[in-house]
Amino acid sequence: MDEVDRAILNSIQGEFPLTSRPFAELGAKLGLDEDEVISRLQILKDEGTIRRIAPIIDVKKLGGASTLVAMSVPLDRVDEVANTINMYPEVSHNYLRQDKYNIWFTVSAPSKSRLGQTLKEVGEKTGCPYLNLPTVKTFKLGVKFEV
Amino acid sequence: MDETDRKLLKATQDGIPLVKKPFAEVANSLGISEDEVLRRTRGLLDEGVIRRFGASIAHRKIGITANAMCVWNVPDERVDEVGNTIAGFDDVTHCYARLRTKDWKYNMFAMVHGRAKQECEDVADRITKAIGIHDRKILFSEREFKKTGVRIE
Repeated sequence: MDEVDRAILNSIQGEFPLTSRPFAELGAKLGLDEDEVISRLQILKDEGTIRRIAPIIDVKKLGGASTLVAMSVPLDRVDEVANTINMYPEVSHNYLRQDKYNIWFTVSAPSKSRLGQTLKEVGEKTGCPYLNLPTVKTFKLGVKFEV
Repeated sequence: MDETDRKLLKATQDGIPLVKKPFAEVANSLGISEDEVLRRTRGLLDEGVIRRFGASIAHRKIGITANAMCVWNVPDERVDEVGNTIAGFDDVTHCYARLRTKDWKYNMFAMVHGRAKQECEDVADRITKAIGIHDRKILFSEREFKKTGVRIE
């Protein structure tokens, strides 16, 4: 990764141009031609630095519901339980953390009832106690990294 | 938000193609015009259905390997003030107030990313000092099992 890659990464995290030729527009700002922007992005994507260029969807605006779940899992069952949790497409993030509650995952579902159903199923399948910690208020939400 | 909007979100949520005219390609797959794709995408962004349109970066790949979930036990009457203070820290990417439960007293959550654990701890210490609430915990992520982003069906 060189300075040009860094400049590209910094420019595409915020407002991606919603125009016919977005990569030409990005290139114009960075002094690069369209083909070079695309080929560099392709490499960054292939090596896994960029996951995707995509819309980040607010499921609540679509009538959906989401929450954060903290589960208390015996250490020797961590992999198995994480796999069970990951099988649900409603689970978007899942991390191991050091605490009595050691598996933390976020769930987004198209409705409140579906969310409740998913939690109930995960609880039953794993047999592990969990906390349901829905958001009361959002103060900040903006994942942007200076590269 | 109609059926076409939903199809558009589904067609783009895993990433637009890296070609000269990505939205024309999406339009083709949906049988609508490029103009309509752009107009609808901007509309969804204005309505807030799309929070942000942009790249998701694998932060581990760019050297940001420490990911700390910092939590504080904030008195209910101070939640708004403290949340706004924490949100003002550049190193905080997410900040939420969450429901308290009887087995979990921490109601304020901030995600802090850094190049090393110490960097995250320093940020947490600065926040703790700024808000004057010392009942807190830092939970580093030890492993990432999944990170797909929120998807619709």
